[in-house]
Parts: sequence; C-alpha cells; structure tokens
Amino acid sequence: MRVRIFVTLKTGVLDPQGKAIHHALESLDFTGVRDVRAGKLIELEVDADISDSDLENMCEKLLANTVIENYAIEKLLDPVEATS
Amino acid sequence: MQSAVIVFPGSNCDRDMAVALETVSGKKPHMVWHGDTAFPDQVDVIAIPGGFSYGDYLRSGAMAARSQIIPALVAAAERGTHILGVCNGFQILTEIGLLPGALMRNEKINFICKDAALVVENTGSVFASGYEKGQTINIPVAHHDGNYFADDDMLERLEANGQIAFRYQDRINGSANDIAGITNSNGNVLGMMPHPERAIDLRHGGTDGLDLFRGLFGN
Repeated sequence: MRVRIFVTLKTGVLDPQGKAIHHALESLDFTGVRDVRAGKLIELEVDADISDSDLENMCEKLLANTVIENYAIEKLLDPVEATS
Repeated sequence: MQSAVIVFPGSNCDRDMAVALETVSGKKPHMVWHGDTAFPDQVDVIAIPGGFSYGDYLRSGAMAARSQIIPALVAAAERGTHILGVCNGFQILTEIGLLPGALMRNEKINFICKDAALVVENTGSVFASGYEKGQTINIPVAHHDGNYFADDDMLERLEANGQIAFRYQDRINGSANDIAGITNSNGNVLGMMPHPERAIDLRHGGTDGLDLFRGLFGN
C-alpha cells in the first residue's frame, strides 16, 4: 500500500519559502494568487496491514516537527487491491 | 576537565570545536562517533558541532537527533553534564527536545555568513558566566536555518526564566525576540547559532568566543 504524508507549516508560522514563491509568481505576472504555503510530500510504500497508530507515530517521531508543522496521512490503495 | 565532541556524517566544525576545547581546557577532547552508544567516563562537557549533518535531509538536525548516541546524550543532560550545541548542534538539540522551539529557514531565505554583534542577556549559566550582562560581543554566524521559532507562551517562559543567553543586536535572520542562543531551564544545555569556536584566536579576526569556553571550564 502507498501512503502519502503531507507535512505543512502550522498557521501562524511564517513561511519564507512560500512568500518567495508568491513573489516569483507575481514577477511572472500571474495575478490573483492570495497566499502561498510550501510543504513536503513524503510517500511511503508499506505493508497492507500497517496500523494507523504506527503511521501516526512515524509522523510524530520523525516525519514532522510538531512544534512548527502539521501532518496529514492519506492512504492510497494499489490498483490491484482496489479492483480485487 | 574532560570534554567530548560528537561527530555526525556532514559535521564540518568538529575540528574547530576540538581546537577551541583543547585551547582552553588544555586537554584533547574525545571525538565520539554518532554510531557509538556511550561517552567515555568522566566527560564534563559535550559539544555538538556545526555543519550539515545528513545533508540537512528532512529538516536541519532531524536525522542526527535520531542517532544511536542520542540516548546517552539525553542521559548526560539529565545528570547535569554541560552540553554546548553550536549552529547545526543547536538545531539538533531542538530536534531532540533538549531545548524548546525550532530553527526555521532565515526570514529572507538567504544563507548568512558574517560577523554578528550579540548582546549577552543572561549570565546565569556557565556558558555566559565569563561575560558581563549587557556586553556586546562579535561572533561569526554561518547558517541558512537560524530563524528561531517558539510559540508565545514558550517565549514568555524563556524570557521570564532568564533562559535567553544571547540576542542578536540587529534583526539578521528573523528570530523571535532576536534570539541567538538559549539554555534549558537547568542552565546546563546551551544552543546557539553563532560560532564561538570561530572567534578564539586573533587570526580569526577576534577572540570574543574565548570567554564562553573559559566560563565552561571555569578558568
């Protein structure tokens, strides 16, 4: 099974990279972008029977720094598993 | 007094740190590999050097903070051993949780490499005991992720407990409350982004870092 972990900065935490991307978009004359926040996507290939609490612990202990970051876990079923 | 320097893959200030420790203490520090699980007995000072451990993968200091030597470091911190983390060492200490907060990308995203004027805020810890409160010192900085962040409650606590050892005189990287270095609540762990080990010889351009090591070794 594939699992996607999205790591994003908490609201209220300044995101210098997002700001720079925003400025760069403006300098390319794209209008209408109100705000940009940059984050990380981490993809894991895991055993199908992995527990939710293991995934959460991975995020808490390593993948996200919960002082400044939030995380979201998205499980993607393999095409084979999805059709069977 | 005996000291040790932890060496991670990607550390690059470990030898400068060793020179500083030896210059002031008169004894060569033990160089301890990250894959070791214990420090030599009788180590009074442990330094975590600057550099780019594990290429700053995931977050600066994140990988190093999960190394095999870290449980021994945490145990030493609890015993009251003096622990000095400089630059990447400060990032690693926050990732371990021995110091609160986090170090984020500099406000203007630039890598900053220059001498920085610091104000000595609190002299209660041994690390700052060689300085006068309010004294201004010049110490080099060289970092990309030195923008200190902690939530408002934590910042209030750090201020109230006198845990802010050094502040930048000018806003150079966006750090909350201009924080350049903090101690834990017991005062035996210090993390700072500026490099005192790069200011111990006139040939470095200044010697303002010497008093930090003198305070640490009580001489």
